[in-house]
Amino acid sequence: MKIESNRGWLFLIPALLIMALNAFIPFMTVINYSFQDILPGLDPIWVGLENYVNVLQDPDFRSAFVRQLIFSFVILGIQVPLGILISLGMPKSGWKAVTALIIVGLPLLIPYNVVGIIWRVFTRSDLGLFPLLFEPFGYNYNVGENPVDAYGTVLLMDVWHWTPLIVLLCYSALNAIPDAYYQAARIDGASRWKTFRYIILPRMRNVLTIGILLRFMDSFRIFTEVSLLTGGGPGTTTSFLSDLLVRNAVGSFNFGYAAAMSLIYFYVILIISYVFFIVLTSVGTGEEGQPTAE
Amino acid sequence: MTTTASGKSKADVQDTAQSRERREKKPNRNWAQMIGMTAYYAFLLLPLLWMLSMSFKTNDEILSTRSFIPQTFTLDNYITILSEPDWRNAFAVTLSYVAMNTILTLIVALPAAYAFSRYKFRGDNHLFFWLLTNRMAPGAVFLLPYVELYSSINLFDTPFAVALAHTIFSVPLAIWILEGFMSGIPTAIDETAYVDGYSFQAFFRKIFMPLIGPGIGVAAFFSFLFSWVELLMARTLTASSSKPIVVQLSRSLGADGWDWGVIAAAGVLMILPGALLIYFVRDYLAKGFALGRV
Repeated sequence: MKIESNRGWLFLIPALLIMALNAFIPFMTVINYSFQDILPGLDPIWVGLENYVNVLQDPDFRSAFVRQLIFSFVILGIQVPLGILISLGMPKSGWKAVTALIIVGLPLLIPYNVVGIIWRVFTRSDLGLFPLLFEPFGYNYNVGENPVDAYGTVLLMDVWHWTPLIVLLCYSALNAIPDAYYQAARIDGASRWKTFRYIILPRMRNVLTIGILLRFMDSFRIFTEVSLLTGGGPGTTTSFLSDLLVRNAVGSFNFGYAAAMSLIYFYVILIISYVFFIVLTSVGTGEEGQPTAE
Repeated sequence: MTTTASGKSKADVQDTAQSRERREKKPNRNWAQMIGMTAYYAFLLLPLLWMLSMSFKTNDEILSTRSFIPQTFTLDNYITILSEPDWRNAFAVTLSYVAMNTILTLIVALPAAYAFSRYKFRGDNHLFFWLLTNRMAPGAVFLLPYVELYSSINLFDTPFAVALAHTIFSVPLAIWILEGFMSGIPTAIDETAYVDGYSFQAFFRKIFMPLIGPGIGVAAFFSFLFSWVELLMARTLTASSSKPIVVQLSRSLGADGWDWGVIAAAGVLMILPGALLIYFVRDYLAKGFALGRV
C-alpha cells in the first residue's frame, strides 16, 4: 500500500535540485535567446516573436521536420516489434543467456561517434564489407551518392544501435513473469498468440512505455552518427532536425533563430510524447495508470 | 529475418512453459528460432568485427583487398595511438567523469525512487514524465547555455561539469529502474523494521539497499552507459585540461585526412572499456534483469 502523503516530495529534493540546475536554468536561457537577435560581437536585440514567425515560414524547417517525424515513427515501427521478438527468443538462463546479454548490450556501450565510424567503414563503397553483399544481385550500392541507400543505411544503423535497448527492457520484463502464468495458460489451452497477447504483453506494458518514450525522444537528438555516416546527404535525404539546428546555431551563429526552432519542435515532441504516455499508461487498465508502477 | 524470428520467439516462450514432449513435436519451430536469433547476433557483430579486422591491417591493404583475415597483420595502428600521452590522459578524464556521474546519479535517484515507490503524492505521475522530457533538450542549442552556466559556477573544463551535465540523461532513467525494483519489495518489510526499532537511515542502508542490490547494479549500468557514449556535451564542457577520449578521437580524424587503420584502432580502443564492463558485470546484470520487476 502506498502512503498518501506529500512527504514524498522531501525525498525528491536532491533529484529536483540537480535537474533544476541542469534542465531548468538552461531551458530558461534558451527561451530568453528565442526572443532576441544574437550575433557575435554585438549586443543582443529584443525582437519579440520575429524568430518564431521566421522559423514557421522557413521551408527548410518544415521539410526537415517532416523528414524527422517520418524517421522517428519508422524506427519506432521497426525497433519495438523487433525488440519484442528478439527478447522472446533470447535464452532465459545459463551461459547462453549471459552470452546473449553481452552481444545484445554491446552496441549500446559504443560512443556515438564510434557508431558513426563503424558504419562508415562498414558501408563505404571503396572499403566496406556491406556493399559486397549487393554485388551478386548486380546492384550498385553507394551510401554516399544514392539517396535510397543513404536513407536505408541510416535506418539500419539506428536499428542496429538502439533495438538492443528495447530488447534488454523487454527481456527484463519477460524474466519477471512467473512460470505459473504459462502453466495456467497451457491448462486453459491458450494458443501461442493468446499467451503472448494476454499474459506477456500486459506484463511488458511498463517497459514498453518507457522504451517507446525513450526511443521517440532520443530519435530527435540523432546527429553525431548520421553526420559521420552521410553528413546529412546526399542532398538533404538524411538531414534531420538536429542537423538543421547545428547548421543554424554553430554554422551561422544564428542563436536566437536556432533557439526558437528548438523550442517549437520541443513542444511538438512533448505533445506527441504526452499522448503516447497517456495512452500507454491507461490502455488495458481502464484508468489513468501509474507511469512508474503497477 | 523478422518473420522467421517471430515464429521462433513464440516457440521459445512455449519452451520455457511447456513440457519437453511438446517441444519435440515441433522441431521446425526451434530451428526457425535458432536461425533467426543467429542472424540477429550476426547482424550485431558483423560491423564490429569488420572494424576489428581493419584495425590490424595496413592502409594499403584496407583500400586494396576486402577480407576478414588481415594478410599482413600489423599492430602499428595501435602503437600510433598508445604512444601519444594525450590518449592516456583522455582515457583517465573520461573514466573519471563517467564514475562521478554514476555515483552522483545513484545518490539522488535512490531517495527519489523511494518516494515514487512508497508515497502517493500530488503530481507524482506528471513529475516523472517531466523528468523524462529533459532528455529531449535538443543538443545544439542547449550547449551555449551550458557553457555559460558552468563557467559562472567555475566548473567549466573540469570532469565534474561533464558528470553533472550528464545527470540530465541518467537520473530520470535511474529513478525509473530503481522504482521498479523497490516496488517489488513489500511495504511490510519497512513496517517490520520500524517496529524492530530501526531508524529510517539504518533501515534504508542495512535492510533496504541490500534487497534492491541488483536494481542498483542495473541502474548504475545504464548511468555508466549514457555518460560513456555521450559526445556533444562532453566536448563542449571541456577545453584543454580535460579532453575526453571522444574528443581525442575527433582530433585524430582531423589531423591528416582519414587514416583508416588508425581510426579503426581508435574505435576498437573506445569500445573496449564498455565491452570489459559488460563482461565483468555479466552475471550481476543477468541476475538483475531476472529479478527486476522493472
